[in-house]
Parts: sequence; C-alpha cells; structure tokens
Amino acid sequence: MSIFVDENTKVIVQGLTGGQGRFHGLRNRDYGTKIVAGVTPGKGGTDVEGIPVFNTVQEAVEATGATASFVSVPPKFAAGAIIEAAEGGITFIVCITEGIPAHDEAVVFNRLVEEFPGVRLLGPNCPGIISPGKCNIGITSGDIALAGGPVGIVSRSGTLTYQALHELSQQGIGQTTCVGIGGDPVPGTNFIDCLAAFEADPETKAVMMIGEIGGSEEERAAEWIKLNMTKPVVSYIAGVTAPAGRKMGHAGAIISGSKGTAQAKMDALAEAGVHVCLNPTEAGQKMVEIVKAL
Amino acid sequence: MDLFEYQGKQYFSRFGIAVSPGGVADTVEEAVAVAERVGYPVVVKAQVKVGGRGKAGGVKLANDIDEVRLHAGNILGLDIKGHVVHRLWIERSSDIAKEYYASFTLDRPNKTHLGMLSAQGGVEIEVVAEENPDAIAFLSIDPVRGLDIETARRWVAEAELDEVAREQTAELLVKLYDCYTTGDCDLAEINPLILTPDDKVHALDAKVTLDENASFRHPEWEEFRATETEDPREKMAKEKGLNYIGLDGTVGIIANGAGLAMSTLDVVNQVGGAAANFLDIGGGANADVMASALEVINSDPKVKVIFVNIFGGITRVDEVAKGVLEALGRVTISSPIVLRLDGTNAVEGRAILAPHLNEKLITEPTMLDAARRAVAFANA
Repeated sequence: MSIFVDENTKVIVQGLTGGQGRFHGLRNRDYGTKIVAGVTPGKGGTDVEGIPVFNTVQEAVEATGATASFVSVPPKFAAGAIIEAAEGGITFIVCITEGIPAHDEAVVFNRLVEEFPGVRLLGPNCPGIISPGKCNIGITSGDIALAGGPVGIVSRSGTLTYQALHELSQQGIGQTTCVGIGGDPVPGTNFIDCLAAFEADPETKAVMMIGEIGGSEEERAAEWIKLNMTKPVVSYIAGVTAPAGRKMGHAGAIISGSKGTAQAKMDALAEAGVHVCLNPTEAGQKMVEIVKAL
Repeated sequence: MDLFEYQGKQYFSRFGIAVSPGGVADTVEEAVAVAERVGYPVVVKAQVKVGGRGKAGGVKLANDIDEVRLHAGNILGLDIKGHVVHRLWIERSSDIAKEYYASFTLDRPNKTHLGMLSAQGGVEIEVVAEENPDAIAFLSIDPVRGLDIETARRWVAEAELDEVAREQTAELLVKLYDCYTTGDCDLAEINPLILTPDDKVHALDAKVTLDENASFRHPEWEEFRATETEDPREKMAKEKGLNYIGLDGTVGIIANGAGLAMSTLDVVNQVGGAAANFLDIGGGANADVMASALEVINSDPKVKVIFVNIFGGITRVDEVAKGVLEALGRVTISSPIVLRLDGTNAVEGRAILAPHLNEKLITEPTMLDAARRAVAFANA
C-alpha cells in the first residue's frame, strides 16, 4: 500500500500552462499519474497536450472528480491557489512553490485547520510525493524510485530525498511511498503525520527519515517515535557543520541561538531508539541491513 | 534581512510606534548637526548588526557639542566583534522610569505567532527566560484572527506592567503586531520598551528581521538592501542567482539543493576537512550557472580544492558537465576539481568529461570517495 495517494488518485495541476507546471505535470502524467485537468484563470477551454484546462479549481473538480492538486504557481499567488483548491473540494494539495512569505504560510496553515479540517497540504517548497509505480505528484524523477516497498521515506530536503531513493533502489530495495515535506518554516504536513501513516500502513516495514537543522520538528518526531512507532526508523540529519544564524538555503534551515542544531536532533532521535546515521550513504547501508534482516 | 537599529526605528515609525527623535550620521560633523537639531543630552549609538554594543564602548551619552565630537570620533571606525562602525544613530536621551520587553515572532512548532511581553526589559530576554520564566507573559496568536486591543489589554495586565503604562502599551502592541504582519517581519522586538518619568511609553531600541520572501510586495525595502554589508563573494553569488555562504575552511563546495549542500559540508568535515563555503546552485541549473559557481569559488583565496557534488533531479548532469568545461575555458581555475555526478543524465555527463579528466579534474563514484579525495588535496 501507499500513503496519502494511490493508483486511483485523480490530480489537477494549478499552473499547468506555466513553464514548471507544464514540464512536471506532463512528466507526472508520463509516469502514470492520473493528471486529469489543469487550472489557469483565463485559459479555461484550452488544453495542454490533451489535458483540459479550466478557469477555476471548482470547475475542474466538477468535471473530473479530482481529489488532489499539484500547485505550481509563483510565490505571490501560492496562498490564494492553495485556499482555492480547498474551497473547490480538493482534499490533498501538493505545493512545490519556493519563496512564499512566512506570514502567508502561517495564515494558510491555520485557515486550512479551521475551515477545511479534512484537507491535507504537503509543502510548500517541497519535492512532492511519489508512490512508485502508482502515482507521482511533484518534481521527483520517477526512474530513481523502485516499486514494491517495504521502505517509507519522509524528508525535509529534495536532493537528499533523491539520494535516499537512489541508495535504496540501487540495492534492489523498493519504497511504498516517498514524501518530501519541504524546507519551509510552516510545513502543511510534518514528520509525525507521515510517521503515523507509515506506522499504519501494513506494507511499510521500515522508515527512513531525513531531517535538517532548524525548528524542532525532528525532536517532536523523536518523542512520537518513542511512544508510538513499532517499525524501525533510520535517520540522517543534515547540517552538523552549519554555522548559527545563517539560513542554509531553505527558509526553515537556520540555527537560532542554541536552538535547532543537528546534534540536538540526533541526540533526541537516538534516545528514541532511531538508527541515527552520519551521512546519506551510511543511512542507505543501514536500511539495507535492516530490510535484509526482516 | 536584519535591519540596523535606526532602520528598525524608521520602520516602526511608519506603523505609528513612538521612538526617540534622532537622525543618522556618518561623520563627526553630521553627528553634531543631528545633536544640535534634536537637543541635548543625546545618546551616540554605533550602528552594527551585533549585540553587546554598550559593553564594547559603542553607546555613549553626550551632554554638549564637545562630548558629541569626542564620542562620535571614537565610535566611528570602532571594531565591535568584527563589525566596523561606519554609521551612528544620534537620538535625544530619554529619562527612564521602567524598562519592559516586547516582541513578536513565529512559533514554528505551533504554527501560530508568539508574542512575548515582560516587565523586566533591558536585559537579554534569553537570560530572563532562563532565570525567571514567570516574568514573561507569552501570548499565542492565531494568524487568521490577529491581535485585537481587548486581548492586548488583558495581556499587559497579565504581564503586570505598571498601571500607568498599560493602555499606551496595549495600543503600541497592536501597532507592533501590525508592523510584524503587514510589514512581513520574521522578528519585531523592542528591548527596552521604556516608561518615562512623565508616564510616556516608547521604543528605545529596535530589532527587526525582514522575511526576504516577501520582498515582492515591499519595494520600499530597497533602501535597506542598499546598506547591507555583504561579503563581496556573497554579493557576486547573489547577482548570479546562487545561494552562497562564506565559511572558514579550504574545500570549496558546489552542490545542487540546500539539503545536499549541507550534507556535503558535513561529509567533508567527517573525513577531516573543512568547507570554505556553502553553495547551492538550485534546481534546474544549466551550464552557465555551473560556470558562474566555479568562478565564485575560484575567487576565494582560501580554497585549495573544489568539490562538485551533484545529484541530478531537475538539474541535468550533462548540463553540469558542460558548465565545468565552459568555466575551464573561460577562466583559469587554479584549484583541482573533484566531481561526484549521479542522477538524471549522469552517464551522459560523465562521458562529456571523460576526455578532459587529468590530475586536476577528477571524478569519483560516490559522495564519500569524492570527499576523501578532495580533503586529501586540501590537506596536502
């Protein structure tokens, strides 16, 4: 099984007529994802390589029965696009947009919680989600993933996610679902949401968790793992050598004072019984060992 | 983007928050002119983006024109923790009856805003939080609902501010919240927020960090950006759309993606080296971006070797390989280059480089192997 999406998930692309949206939307369709519509205000009635384009999310949902949306619009329009998706009846929103103001993210997160409790937002500023062989929403290259499980992956970083997929696939170890939660300060979906879903998924037997400096999501995940997780977890945290006070590429990757260091996160995870590894390769090798011993 | 104190105060003023009358000065004569205008006594304050100015001699009281000359002359050019003072803020000295603390920032774990208010201001809030946490009144604010005056009134009472200061402070907090949200701040902090003997409340300091992601709706931030004293290489990298942070080591790093770039720093450290920089070329980088990245690193005299760590996703490895060759044709790269290339079009990329490989242009199959090779060069 997979988490959040499967082979039946119908997906619309908000921003399908833009450069990024078109490129990745079509790549996702080529992978086998059911991309059923695009949405661009003012371009309703046209199509992108056979994918019908609508003016609004609501029209697209009514016409196609889509439940998921891939949001690929510029930062200044992203908050509006996410809310429009929720209002239009979408229940799973993947937003890859990088550079959304933190205050917009905070408002969107809380509006979704208060007004649309059944809606899940993944991202913003994330690579998306791939359930190998079934569904790929976002920018992950489908050919580095391997279907069949038994590993679930959850990550704050895009390229490190690819690295993790690559390390496992090369050893013949497949993935149930790989979720990139993104590197921004207010992620819609967090580690715990994904860990809980993997814990509940019978086909996922082990989880790889990739974190980075900044915030305290990894520490909270460690607490949750300690109390609830029965499946083995391998983790890698990037940014051991990052200087304090500088944003390391991602808006959320910053050590503030003594808070958010990689060491504190690794200590918390080790304390929770997680296999803490020092680099992505080591994490891949550890996971291979664990899966072979299952 | 962190603002200087004077910029923070100017920003506060736009939202109706009371600050002391004052002005900026880059020379002793300008300092005198400001002091004569606002009236004595004045405080002469070094404008640097680092704490502990007072202890370093960067904040002085001046009672007359001679004292302004003396202090301004001493403080201009002063080195405070590596920050040289080029600008002063001169303001009318305030009599202080009480010092409070007020701030707004994002509460990341709870995805709400966090207000902190304390009757014990003037010292670092981290110290208060450690030694006397009950002295801080925390307020969790729903970003959708915001902060209204009624809530602010309850908050100032809870913080046990002096009765006479409460209504003025409540009004000021609503304005500060407006500055924090519509002004797109990551942090808006006043420490100290003072009560004067004649019962007036105003901001004596200003610490403001702006969220650069919101630049598109704040054209007025251009003036703040103009005064940013950036490392010349950081500036050059930014102009080329690269995400660069200078560090102290000798291994130049180029990677795609923030996570992989951070991870590359870590791996270099694990095998006994130290990174000279963080550099993320971003997603979908083409040959030109790669060539620019090499040029930026090459301009750093500390660098003894360049480690290029690419995992192709949107970024195509053949483009990266072309960029390396382009850079080698465009400028003389003095340091050896060690590359690790994987992911989208890695086979094509390696093939492009194959005929050009030599003792100063090397590929390694894995990230760890490449890190070891690079560090061996750096430590040779």
